[in-house]
Formats: sequence, C-alpha cells, structure tokens
Amino acid sequence: MTDTLSGTEADTKFYTQGEPIADAAAPGGPIEDRWPTRKFEAKLVNPANRRKLSVIIVGTGLAGASAAATMGEAGYHVKSFCYQDSPRRAHSIAAQGGINASKNYKGDGDSDFRLFYDTVKGGDYRSRESNVYRLAEVSKSIIDQCVAQGVPFAREYGGLLDNRSFGGVQVSRTFYARGQTGQQLLIGAYQALERQIAAGTVEMHTRHEMLELVMVEGKARGIIVRDMVTGEIETHMADTVVLASGGYGNVFYLSTNAMGCNVTATWRAHRKGAHFANPCYTQIHPTCIPVSGDHQSKLTLMSESLRNDGRIWVPKDEADCGKDPRDIPEPDRDYYLERIYPAFGNLVPRDIASRAAKNVCDEGRGVGPGGLGVYLDFADAIERLGEDSVRSKYGNLFDIYERITGENPYQVPMRIYPAVHYTMGGLWVDYDLQSSIPGLFVIGEANFSDHGANRLGASALMQGLADGYFVLPNTIRNYLADGPFDKIDENDPAVVEARESVENRIKHFLEINGTRTVDSYHKALGKIMWDKCGMERTAEGLTEAIGEIKDLKADFWQNVRVLGTADSLNQSLEKAGRVADLLELGELMCIDALHRNESCGGHFRAESVTEDGEALRDDENFAYVAAWEFGGDDGQPTLHKEDLNYEFIELKQRSYK
Amino acid sequence: MHADIVGRASDYLPNVTCNITFVATSTVSSTTRNGPSTIALKSLMAITGLIFIGFVLAHMYGNLKIFAGEAAFNEYAEHLRELGEPLLPHEGMLWILRIVLILALVGHAYSAFALWSRASNARKSRYAVTKAAKSMFVSKAMRWGGVALLLFIVFHILHFTTNTIQVNGDYDNPADRLVSSFELWWVVLIYLFAVAALGMHLLHGVWAAGMTLGLNTSAKAAERLRIAAILVAVVTVVGYILPPLAILFGIIP
Amino acid sequence: MKLTLNIWRQESQSTTGAMKNYVIDNVSEDMSFLEMLDVLNEELIEKGEDPVAFDSDCREGICGMCGLVINGQAHGPEVTTTCQLHMRSFKDGDEITIEPWRAEAFPVLKDLCTNRESLDRIIQAGGYISANTGAAPDAHANLVPKDNADRAFMGAECIGCGACVAACPNASGMLFMGAKITHLGELPQGQPERDARVVSMVDQHDAEGFGGCTNLGECSRACPKGIPLNVISQMNRDLLRAKSHGK
Ligand SMILES: Cc1cc2nc3c(=O)[nH]c(=O)nc-3n(C[C@H](O)[C@H](O)[C@H](O)COP(=O)(O)OP(=O)(O)OC[C@H]3O[C@@H](n4cnc5c(N)ncnc54)[C@H](O)[C@@H]3O)c2cc1C
Ligand code: HEM
Ligand code: HEM
Ligand code: SF4
Ligand code: F3S
Ligand code: FES
Repeated sequence: MTDTLSGTEADTKFYTQGEPIADAAAPGGPIEDRWPTRKFEAKLVNPANRRKLSVIIVGTGLAGASAAATMGEAGYHVKSFCYQDSPRRAHSIAAQGGINASKNYKGDGDSDFRLFYDTVKGGDYRSRESNVYRLAEVSKSIIDQCVAQGVPFAREYGGLLDNRSFGGVQVSRTFYARGQTGQQLLIGAYQALERQIAAGTVEMHTRHEMLELVMVEGKARGIIVRDMVTGEIETHMADTVVLASGGYGNVFYLSTNAMGCNVTATWRAHRKGAHFANPCYTQIHPTCIPVSGDHQSKLTLMSESLRNDGRIWVPKDEADCGKDPRDIPEPDRDYYLERIYPAFGNLVPRDIASRAAKNVCDEGRGVGPGGLGVYLDFADAIERLGEDSVRSKYGNLFDIYERITGENPYQVPMRIYPAVHYTMGGLWVDYDLQSSIPGLFVIGEANFSDHGANRLGASALMQGLADGYFVLPNTIRNYLADGPFDKIDENDPAVVEARESVENRIKHFLEINGTRTVDSYHKALGKIMWDKCGMERTAEGLTEAIGEIKDLKADFWQNVRVLGTADSLNQSLEKAGRVADLLELGELMCIDALHRNESCGGHFRAESVTEDGEALRDDENFAYVAAWEFGGDDGQPTLHKEDLNYEFIELKQRSYK
Repeated sequence: MHADIVGRASDYLPNVTCNITFVATSTVSSTTRNGPSTIALKSLMAITGLIFIGFVLAHMYGNLKIFAGEAAFNEYAEHLRELGEPLLPHEGMLWILRIVLILALVGHAYSAFALWSRASNARKSRYAVTKAAKSMFVSKAMRWGGVALLLFIVFHILHFTTNTIQVNGDYDNPADRLVSSFELWWVVLIYLFAVAALGMHLLHGVWAAGMTLGLNTSAKAAERLRIAAILVAVVTVVGYILPPLAILFGIIP
Repeated sequence: MKLTLNIWRQESQSTTGAMKNYVIDNVSEDMSFLEMLDVLNEELIEKGEDPVAFDSDCREGICGMCGLVINGQAHGPEVTTTCQLHMRSFKDGDEITIEPWRAEAFPVLKDLCTNRESLDRIIQAGGYISANTGAAPDAHANLVPKDNADRAFMGAECIGCGACVAACPNASGMLFMGAKITHLGELPQGQPERDARVVSMVDQHDAEGFGGCTNLGECSRACPKGIPLNVISQMNRDLLRAKSHGK
C-alpha cells in the first residue's frame, strides 16, 4: 500500500487505498520506437482464422465506427451496436473545429514530437508519454485514410489541403471541414462501416442499448442489450468486447453532449471490475450559449474561433447588468481577460477563460437571465473589418446564435457562458487499450488514455480515429490470437445472471411508480454536479455533494415514476437506466475530485492556487492516474494509483499572464 | 456476397503500392428490383416528351402557314404526305411519324402512370395537414393536364385529320376545315383551353426533362434551363393561339 | 403562450394511430420545439399518461435524428431541423399539428418515431469509397480543385434526416441519394466505383419502396442543409452515363 499524502481527513472516509498499478503493455526504450515495437511484438492472427473470431463493438462514433470497419475489413466477425437509429448519428457528428495531425504541410516546424509535446503540456502533465507519442505518430495516417475515403476537408485554390491553428498552439496543424469536421469524419467512417455491413462482415444493431457486460471466468465475453423498439432483452456473445460508447458529460444534465450520451456501458463494466480512471477530469468550454430557462435541455457550443475577433466583457458595476449593453459607455466596461491576462487577452486557454467568466458572474456582474453570462462583443471587429467581413467569417455561427436566442449579434453583443463539453476521465486502459478486465477493450472518449487533465482543441477526433483505425486493430490481435475461446452457452450461469439482473432492474423501474419524473432527478443531479464539481471545486462543496447525491440516489429508487411497459419503445425507461448509472458515477466523480487536492487542467481546486489565484499543480503528490475499483453498492471504491513518469518532457507550471 | 473489385487507393493512383492484403470484402453490390428503375421511367418520359416538343414545334410551324394563304397551307399539308416519295409510298413518311408519335405517347403515358402508382404506394397514409401546395398543384397539373391533352388529341384528330367530327360543315380541304371551324367561338375556346394546358405542361415539362437528362448540374445550368422552358412554353402558346384567334376575329377570311 | 397541439399517437408499428389533442400553457418563446414537447411530456407523466415518443439526440441540428412534420411542413415553418426550430416562430393561441415522417419506406415505430434504416441500406448499396484502412496514399498525393472540393462538400452536408422524403409528394429519396452521389462523384477518389455506385444505389432506393422523382422540388425546400435540386440532376446524368457504359 502506498501512503497517501493527498488524503485530507475528509476524503479518506469515502474510499479505500489500494495497490498501485502499472501499464504492463507499453514497451520501453526510445519513445519513437515504442509503437513499432509493440505492433511487431503483438501476436498476429492468420487471415483464415479471423472469420472464426468474433468482436462486439459498442458505439459507432469515430472510435467505434472506424474500429468496426477496420476489423470487418480485416475479416473478423464484428457485431456493432448503437442506441441511435443509425450509426451515423453518434455524437462525434457534432464536433465543429477540426482534427490535429503533425503533417507539417505548412512547413511551420511541426513534427510528431511537437504535437506530442503540445498535447502533454496542454493536458497539464497528467497523461502518459507513450500513449501521447503514439497518438502524434498515427495522426498523419488518419488524414491520409480520411482523404482516401472522400472526406471533404477544406482545400486551398491550388487543390492542397488547408490547415488552421487552433487552441493556442503555434503551428497550423488543424485539418477542418468548415464547422462540420466531426460530421465529415464520422460520415467517412460510417460509410466504411456500411460497406462492411453490406459485405456481411459487420452485423449492425441500431436502437440497441447495452445494459450489462457478461463476464465468464474473469474475461469479458459478451453483452446484454435491450432492443429499444421491441423491448426484447438480447444476449450477444463474442471472443472480445470493445466499448466505444463516448463521454459522460451528461452527468451535468446541461452540457454540449447529445441527449442520449450516457455512462451506462462503461459504468456497467466498471461495476464488473473495470477500473474507472480520473473521473473528475471534465472540460468546460468557455463559449457556449447561456441557459435561457428551466426548460433548457442542452447547451450549444459556439466555436472557439469567435474569441479571435470578439472582445469579452462585463459591466464594472453590478448595477449596470440589467442595462442595454450598448448604453454602457466604454469606461464602465471591464474587459477582464485583457485586464488580467494582458499577454494572451481573450485567447487564453479554455480552462482559464471559463473560470474567469465564472468568477465575474459569481461577483454578481454576470449579464442576461440569472446573471449567468458575459458579453462577447463584435462591435470593434465590425468597425475595424466591416460587417460583411465579419459575416463572411462567422455568419453561420451568428445565425445559430440568433436562431436560439432571438437576438441579432451584429447589433447587440452576444452572451456566452461556459458549459461542460468533454470528459477526459473514463475506463482505465493499458497501452493496448485493454481495460483491467481481460478481453474488454475501451476506445475513444470512453477511455481515459491520452489527454491528461485537459484536452487540447481538435485532439479528441484525432484520438478517436487513432484508436479505431490504427491502434486497436493492431493491439487486439495480441489477445485474439489465443482465440477462438470456448463457446459459451446462453444458459451458462454467468450469462443467465447478467440477463436476469437486467430484467429485474427494468421490472423494478416500472414497479416503483413513484411521483417524480426521471428528468427531474437528472436535473437535480446536474445542478449538484455543476455547483460543486464544476468549474471550481472545494473540499467542503464536494463533501456536501457526495451526501446530496447519496440522498438523491436513495430517493430516486423510492420515488421515480416510469410509465409504460418493458416490451415497447419506452423513452422514460431508457432514461431511467441512464440516470441511475449517472447518479453512481456522480458520486465517484466527487470522491475523485475531493481526493485530488491539487488544481490541474480542467480540475480546479480552490484550495490549490498560486498567490495570484491561478491553478497550482502538485507534481510531488499527484503525478499519477487515479484508477478506481468498484466497491460494491454499499461499499467504498478503492483507489489504485498508476504513477506517471516523464522521461522526455520536463514538467513545468503553466502561466498565461 | 459479391467479392468482385476491392477498390484500393492504387486503383486510381497507380504510383502507390498497396502493402495490405485483406480478406476480400465486397465493393458495390447490386439488388434485384422489379421492373425498370424510377429513373429509367422518368428518362423515358423525358425522351418521349422531347419527341412531343419536336412535333409540337413543327406542327406549329405548319399551322402558321395559314397566314400565307389557304393555298400555301393546303400545299403544306399535301407536301407532308409526299415526303420521302418515291422512296416511300404516298403518306409513308407521315405514317412513320405517326407511328413514332403513337409509340412515344404510349411510352409517355405508361411511365407517367407507373410513376404515379409507385408514388401512391410509397405513401399510403396521408398527412393530416399538407402545405406543399405549390408542388401538389404542379404534380396534379402535370398528371391531369397530360390526361386532358390526351383527350384533346383524340378529339383533335377526329376533328381535323379524319374529319369525323364536323363542327361547321363538311369541307374536303384542310384550310377550309380550319377556317370554318374557328369561326365558331366555342371551338376556339376548346382550342384555347388545350393550348393553355399544353403551355403549362411544357413550362414544367421542359425544365423537368432537362433535370432528368442531367442538364442541371450547376446554378448557371439551372438558369439556362429555366429560360429555355419559359421560351418554349411562350413560343408554343403564342404560335398556337394566333391562327384560331386570327380566324375568329376575321383577320384571316 | 398557450397552444393547442394535435399530435399523432400510435402505439407501435403494427397498430393504427390517430391524432390526439393537447393544450399546453406557459410556453416560452425561447424554448426549442422539442423542449416544448419535453415540457408537455413532463406534464403527461405527472398526470399518469404515456408521454409522446419522438426522436432527437444532438439537438443542435447536425445528427439528423429529429424530424417532425409540423403543420404540414417537414421540420416546420423555418428552413432548419426540428430541434433548432424555436417557439418564437409561433404565436399565442396557435393550433399546431404534429405528425411523423410519412412514407412506406419509413414505418412508424411509435408516435412520432420512424424507422429510417432504408437510408442506411441505400448507403450500403454503394454510398462509399472502398479504401481499406492503412492502404491510403499521402493525402497530398491527389489534388482536388477547389470547385470540385466545394461541390463535394455541398453534397456531403446532408445529415440523413429524411425530411426530403417526408416532404416529397412522391415520397422519393432522390435528394438524399443525389447528395451522396454528388459528394463522392466530384472527387478523384470516387471515380473507380462511380458507375457501379449510382446503378446500385438507385436500385436499392427503388427496392426500398421510395417513390420516383418527378422534379417537384419540395425536397430541396424542406432540406435543413439546403441541398440543391441539381444533385438529383447529377445523379440522373451519372446513371445515364453508367448505362451508356453498359452497367
Ligand atoms: C459540440 C462538440 C464539439 C466538439 N468539437 C471537437 C473538435 O472540434 N475537435 C475535437 O477533436 N473534438 C471535439 N469534440 C469532442 C469529440 O467530438 C468527442 O470526444 C468524440 O467525437 C467522441 O467520439 P467517440 O467515438 O468516443 O464517442 P461518440 O461519438 O460519442 O459515440 C458514442 C457511441 O456509443 C454509443 N453508445 C453509447 N452508450 C451506449 C450504450 N449503452 N449502448 C449502445 N451504444 C451506446 C452511441 O450510440 C454512439 O454510437 C467535440 C464534442 C462536442 C460535444
Ligand atoms: C397521357 C397523357 C399524358 C400524361 C399523363 C402526361 C404526364 C406527364 C408528366 C407527369 C410529366 C412530368 C414528368 C416530370 O416531371 O419529370 C410529363 C412531362 C412531359 N410531357 Fe406529358 N403527359 C401526357 C401527355 C403529353 C402530351 C400529349 C405531350 C405533348 C404534346 C406531353 C409532353 C410532355 C413533355 C414535353 C414533358 C417533359 C418531359 C419530362 O418531364 O421529363 N405530354 N408528362
Ligand atoms: C390551335 C391550333 C391547332 C391547329 C390549327 C391544328 C391544326 C391541325 C390540322 C389542320 C391537322 C390536320 C393535318 C392533316 O391531317 O393534314 C392537325 C393534325 C394534328 N394535330 Fe393539330 N392543330 C392545333 C393544335 C394541336 C395541338 C395543341 C396538338 C397536340 C399537342 C395537335 C396535335 C395534332 C396531331 C397529333 C395531329 C395528327 C397528325 C397526323 O397524324 O396527321 N394539334 N392539326
Ligand atoms: S438531403 Fe437534406 S432533407 Fe434529405 S436527408 Fe439529407 S439533409 Fe435531410
Ligand atoms: S420533391 Fe420529390 S419529386 Fe423529386 S424534386 Fe424532390 S424528390
Ligand atoms: S436532434 Fe440532431 S439534428 Fe435535431
């Protein structure tokens, strides 16, 4: 047992300290040789045998679709699942900005090493060097692959691919397709997947939600799913299971995630023994359209590029907050980012911009409904560049804004507020992307692997596709080479147990017949999480949150009202299952946030700040991955630490002043 | 499954070597379907439609000969029947044209009705409220307008070609039949209706034929097509209504 | 504001449905159309009535999952997706009729949810470029003139929502299909399979029971991504070309 210096008295009562763990799959040696070495050493599967090996892939986002297409192409028997009515609708579709790759097409000095360096630094030194280097290395092949599939990236007049710079790095390495990069990449992967479906190598199950993992003799061997149209509970068995089920930002209720995003697939695996790593690392995006009322179901992102020309301000005086912003004279405005961070101004990184907005609103100087908003003002830009030029650059974003708020941003400053956008935490995986359960692999946003405590813009798409097209297909064969494993009978006790637990849970939801709707619990959970485990976290707040979530969870199981039947399309029932899991996750997130008594990346602890109030990292005590083991319904989670070793990059404190 | 071509990058980039051999998986597969595709049907409609346009314009030219005097008009009618002589028998060319037109009409009507029935099979339960007023009108106008044209043609042939329907006395030369008929206002009215139906049919039809034959692939091409449709429709309507109106108002005695 | 809603209620694919009438009060103009339905559903659940089932996921106009016919218009009165339609497009006292996409190729699963897998099967028939993972040349090996790249992009913007089918008086899927054929056909990578693609996709389209196109243009007017009619013409041209190549 390692001694914990992190443990304040408050937090250790919520968890148990466990054995440290290590990533056994990563080769050592020079960083640029590690991936080639691993690819070479991973066992091969003869093409003729691949047909006999079956793979379940849950999720059809960038990670899942690219993995399913590639594995299908290679000749494995793949079964793919998603909860939407088509694989093309996975939430990867919503990504706007772009995807990074170290192509150095602009000749501005980019390289694998620079991308690696930027990503590790951007992640506030809480990610693994081996993984991130591999990501940078593979990034180039992603672009090649996507272009070959017909992904229409932006091009210059000469026919070459265009790049832009993104997220505060100094090179232009972001490939993009207008504001629809995620859509275009996903459609490319989706089409490759559909091609394999037609070829018969992939069996697609849409509107099927995974509700349980089936483990036999310590290995992941299948999943239990619900056909969301007929309500039938189905068992699917395979030699291995891959989860590509995306992020859990919906624990906050309001986020930029899709309505159906959930943690169920990974949470169910966690309950069966997979470690959940760094659950508290969430990314808050500074430029979202603020909440307009209680009815609101989700938040919409406004591209970060707006900060290039817009100026962010709030009134100096609280009393001015209700006024028409155009009537507030220059001297009465506080351009707080320009004031506090003169060097970077409005272009400080996401976490800093978000927190600064929160601070001014907490001071009571926020604008708009509920005082939760700051102005993003284009008046200067319009004067300098002309309205037409602003329109040609940002016209579509302005239109979205106008459609949602009913205000014309050419005349009145936009209002923006930070919102939950991405979750860096996820199931713990080794270098092979295998979780702590043998045979269970996790890819894309669902795993914790590559971003550390903060994710740089345009790097999630890169990671999802790297995992699906290039990493997983190469590492999973090492596991599959020992297969095919014994066929499991559907009446095997382990299978029956899993299926029955799902059936009982559903029956239970329908029987409670309480008084509160599922959504009302989800909203209540979201509020606790946002207030106490959001942009700024304190030991006190987190401790309270843990108690409140426990109470809410108990109330949920007593009082929730789910109407309808189990054997039909029943959206309340679907939501109930998701919210039940989010409640459990929320608690673990707070415990994780509480135990990590430092500020790093997206995780800001009010107790760990520099003299001038900036985030203060504690490398001495917290340079590790926190991997949590499930402790039972009434027990405590166990913390396993994986130490992070920096051999190639020196740890530094970030500063943007 | 169809394991035919495995389209690789190297298929279109010969200088690239493919170092990956995968278990062959299919590329484009094909399904069996019943009967011609909907696009084949509408292509048939477009091609037969174009044949009609050709005929309609030529016929219009012939009709306008009435302004050159009865003799010229009769001579033209006679000339039609002598086309191709002596290679072809008397009226030979005319019959060839007639057969082409009849076949075109059969093809045109067949495709119109086949698409019509496929469309109603494609949506069996109707919307409670519909707002697609404009296109509903166009689609009805094309279908019922076409049927109206068909009925008119039957009447018209019985009237002028076979001389079966004699509206204002029995004349044995075409010019006299024409002039005597159009002295009656209600005959003129019937023709005006028919010409209006034709104009409407062409206004949408010419544009649609261009769409179907793949001529509208850019904004510029779309503009050209629209102008062509208006031009054909206007020329046709004006060209056809001049003779009857001129006769009715006594400009042609 | 206060609204009267006529909503199509249908238990399952095998049962017949009917319109049902609801009154909803306190609708704010900042709500999106789907949030208005969320509020209605919360009220229904509280009253113990089965909530109205409708599809949505991203709620930001990009996934293509949502889609209702509102007062006879696919995605409602504005040119956008249903999730991006806001209540300020309506006024107090309005009566709003809400129906599912109607087409035999899109059977209703429940209330306002339909099954649009037919669109996926059209893509399966050939809506892709066969490029096996790892076999791709450098992305710059192949230049694409900007005009072609832009037109490809225009076709690629389709979100597969199916509004074109819902709006077309013939329930035709030609705009959806034309968009994909134009996207892939404009790119050099798309050429090897170009003929086979169009033949096979058109066959699949017809086999799914969509109607034929008679150039009515309603689809493009309803399309939230503004896909123009010329993609249909492009597809027709490609098909004729493929046939002339003996495909
Ligand atoms: C608005 C927005 C903008 C973004 N912009 C960018 C950007 O510009 N650049 C960038 O790099 N990143 C961006 N990101 C982040 C990035 O898009 C995501 O992190 C990434 O796409 C996740 O991909 P994924 O494949 O892991 O998961 P997703 O795409 O979320 O896919 C999850 C899949 O899992 C399925 N699934 C989930 N649960 C279950 C279950 N229980 N049973 C069955 N199936 C299930 C779903 O159906 C879906 O198919 C953005 C994210 C958002 C929300
Ligand atoms: C049996 C009666 C007829 C019917 C039901 C009918 C129906 C139609 C329909 C529905 C179209 C529209 C096709 C589309 O939008 O793609 C059409 C097109 C056309 N019709 Fe007719 N029509 C008939 C007779 C005629 C006649 C008699 C003429 C000529 C005088 C004619 C000339 C045309 C032309 C030129 C087109 C354009 C081709 C095209 O649209 O592809 N039609 N017809
Ligand atoms: C108002 C104007 C019209 C006039 C004055 C007119 C006149 C005539 C005459 C005189 C004939 C007989 C020619 C002959 O037998 O030598 C004829 C035949 C014919 N007309 Fe018209 N016509 C008119 C409009 C139309 C229209 C609108 C159509 C169809 C779209 C049409 C289709 C035909 C056809 C199919 C024949 C038979 C040709 C044959 O087989 O001999 N006509 N017309
Ligand atoms: S073409 Fe337009 S309306 Fe049709 S599916 Fe695509 S986006 Fe939707
Ligand atoms: S509305 Fe229908 S008829 Fe054709 S042009 Fe559009 S598919
Ligand atoms: S919910 Fe995604 S487009 Fe409307």
